[in-house]
Amino acid sequence: MYTSEMLESIKKVEARRKENAATEPRRMTAEEKDALLRAYHPDYKEGAEFVNLAVGPNKGEKVPKELGALLQGNSRVQPGDVDLNAPDYDVDVLIIGGGGAGASAAIEADKAGAKVMVVTKLRMGDANTMMAEGGIQAADKPNDSPAQHYLDAFGGGHFAAKPELLRTLVTEAPEAIQWLSDLGVEFDKAADGTMITTHGGGTSRKRMHAAKDYSGAEIMRTLRDEVLGRGIPVVDFTAAIEIIKDENGRAAGAVLMNMETKELLVAKAKTVILATGGAGRLHYQGFPTSNHYGATADGLVLAYRAGAKLLYADTLQYHPTGAAFPEQIFGALVTEKVRSVGAMLINRDGEAFMHPLETRDVSAASIIRECSTRGKGVPTPGGVGVWLDTPMIEMKNGAGTIEKRIPAMMRMFGKYGIDIRKEPILIYPTLHYQNGGIDITADCQSGVENLYVAGEAVGGIHGRNRLMGNSLLDIIVFGRNAGRNAAAKAQGVKAAKLTLSHVEAFKEELKAAGVETDTVSPQLLPDYRRHK
Amino acid sequence: MENMVNVFLFGKRYEVPASLTIMKAMEYAGYQLVRGCGCRNGFCGACATIYRVKGDRELKVCLACQTQVEDNMYVATLPFFPLIKQVYDMDAIKPEQAVMMQLYPEIYSCIGCNACTKSCTQGLNVMQYIAYAQRGDFAKCAEESFDCVMCGVCSSRCPAGISHPQVAMLARRLNGKYLAPKCDHLAQRVKEIKNGDFNELLENLMGKPIEEIKELYNHREIEK
Repeated sequence: MYTSEMLESIKKVEARRKENAATEPRRMTAEEKDALLRAYHPDYKEGAEFVNLAVGPNKGEKVPKELGALLQGNSRVQPGDVDLNAPDYDVDVLIIGGGGAGASAAIEADKAGAKVMVVTKLRMGDANTMMAEGGIQAADKPNDSPAQHYLDAFGGGHFAAKPELLRTLVTEAPEAIQWLSDLGVEFDKAADGTMITTHGGGTSRKRMHAAKDYSGAEIMRTLRDEVLGRGIPVVDFTAAIEIIKDENGRAAGAVLMNMETKELLVAKAKTVILATGGAGRLHYQGFPTSNHYGATADGLVLAYRAGAKLLYADTLQYHPTGAAFPEQIFGALVTEKVRSVGAMLINRDGEAFMHPLETRDVSAASIIRECSTRGKGVPTPGGVGVWLDTPMIEMKNGAGTIEKRIPAMMRMFGKYGIDIRKEPILIYPTLHYQNGGIDITADCQSGVENLYVAGEAVGGIHGRNRLMGNSLLDIIVFGRNAGRNAAAKAQGVKAAKLTLSHVEAFKEELKAAGVETDTVSPQLLPDYRRHK
Repeated sequence: MENMVNVFLFGKRYEVPASLTIMKAMEYAGYQLVRGCGCRNGFCGACATIYRVKGDRELKVCLACQTQVEDNMYVATLPFFPLIKQVYDMDAIKPEQAVMMQLYPEIYSCIGCNACTKSCTQGLNVMQYIAYAQRGDFAKCAEESFDCVMCGVCSSRCPAGISHPQVAMLARRLNGKYLAPKCDHLAQRVKEIKNGDFNELLENLMGKPIEEIKELYNHREIEK
């Protein structure tokens, strides 16, 4: 499978494996990290990769140009397309998005007695949650505490997280694990029930809980089973394409579109929860992505047009270890857990060029430096990569570790004839996570009353970089909170006349700002067809 | 020039680069996928696919996102399969053998043909985990089925009409909720947090000036 040039380099990796495994590379100082990020991390570029928004609540702020085009795009709905007085659905809580946050919200809102409906543009569970491999953080060991978790996450996110949101995240983490366990999620445990926990990049305590390397899939399929078990209606293959407000400016439903027939439908609701996830399929700066097919920032577009403010929309997470080879899995996630259980990052000459568990932004920047100015990368058909020395895992932890702890990784590479127990793998950063998103208050409400947000669509929980295992955590913690709060708020909502006047107003604002575009948004899906 | 192969999508011939996966070959041919495409990375089971290579008697199954095209491959996707999903309240059911008899009695009609195992896109021993479910051995059923992505191919091949992924889902939830050892340190920590034991520590930290928090972060002790 590997080219002869790669095989030559593997010989050097093998020759130094024992020596590398026995040493722990020094962690970078704060100053070294700052300089590295400024020089090599994609977020820190100051060119045409970003645009300044001309309209809306974040006018004048920079966002990735692909996102800017969508935020300032044309609506899919024209006046007269839908009759707001004849809704097709009428519910208490409308949840947009069928991933981990949407499912958690649905379960809690249902428990609270609300009439709930979930709409999702693909199937329930087609979401980044399903693809999260490595694990979920919670400070539940005796040597750990929520404060320690807070410090790790706050520092890892460059001290930019909204303190009240981060406090909620770390304080409610152990309960989130317990809630999942009670639903039947199978966490890795020792025979006496002790959770098997490891480090992630930037953690100071071993608090990463996992379900092999199918952590997100195990959580997602269990949540989905519970949603269906409760009889909560799920309208699949149906996208939300515009938020509907009432005449008092509160969110009061959404315009929906059947993804197959293109039929437009109106959903009326007392409160709305956006749980629409991330944006990897926008391929910022040309990066491949580890995200699912529908990750196109739809929620940000809907919320922005409705008047909600975004926070840190200019910051993205490039996961340090996307697959760089073979090309069939280019950009696919190679979980950080591979490093948690012992693999190190090695350059073309067999050198362990960095500590394997720096935070993700630092690790990604370091790999980009190794492959660019330092010229120590291994060429691949699609670009370049460095080695992730997986055989080191079993050298350190014994035979059988890989099959037991990271079976999905073994399977993914095994399909292309690479046995990760015996051969190292090539990796390069891949677009992984939307650090920024919609600004919310501690009750999960956006700047638009009755419009709640949970999951990856939120900005500010993690600051400007997120630690491994804090995203699976945030979808559960904030999904549940959003569900409870939206259900409680719905009780006091009085029906009022529905309107899409904000969509018209936004269009006028674009016109006044001189923005002319053919872009229609939300994008809903990427287009990978070959265009001759 | 790229090495090209012929693939037959729903019987129609297209010439595509040999390096592509089936999913990317469909897109190369001009399909804008809506169904049959989810995570694109082998975890969600959206892209179950059946194929036969011309001249080969064997009907094969796979995930379209995880499988490279071959010359003269005839492809049909299976974006949806009508599995039976029973509805149950996890708090009300118990991890007893009878629960399978009540909810998924068809598992006892298994004729042992092993078509499910032969068709599993994840290479799991499906018939074995169904056997464990029949016996009420939910822990073993959970372990054996753990890597299931619920694509439904096994069920499409089953003469007994078993919805294997849903049976396994129930077994895993029963195992996770009732049979796996209880975690004492987790229960203890949840209690402590409810009791407010950590509030002071956290508020002290949050109340410090940012420069002091930075110092604490940059010099924190990291567990070995």
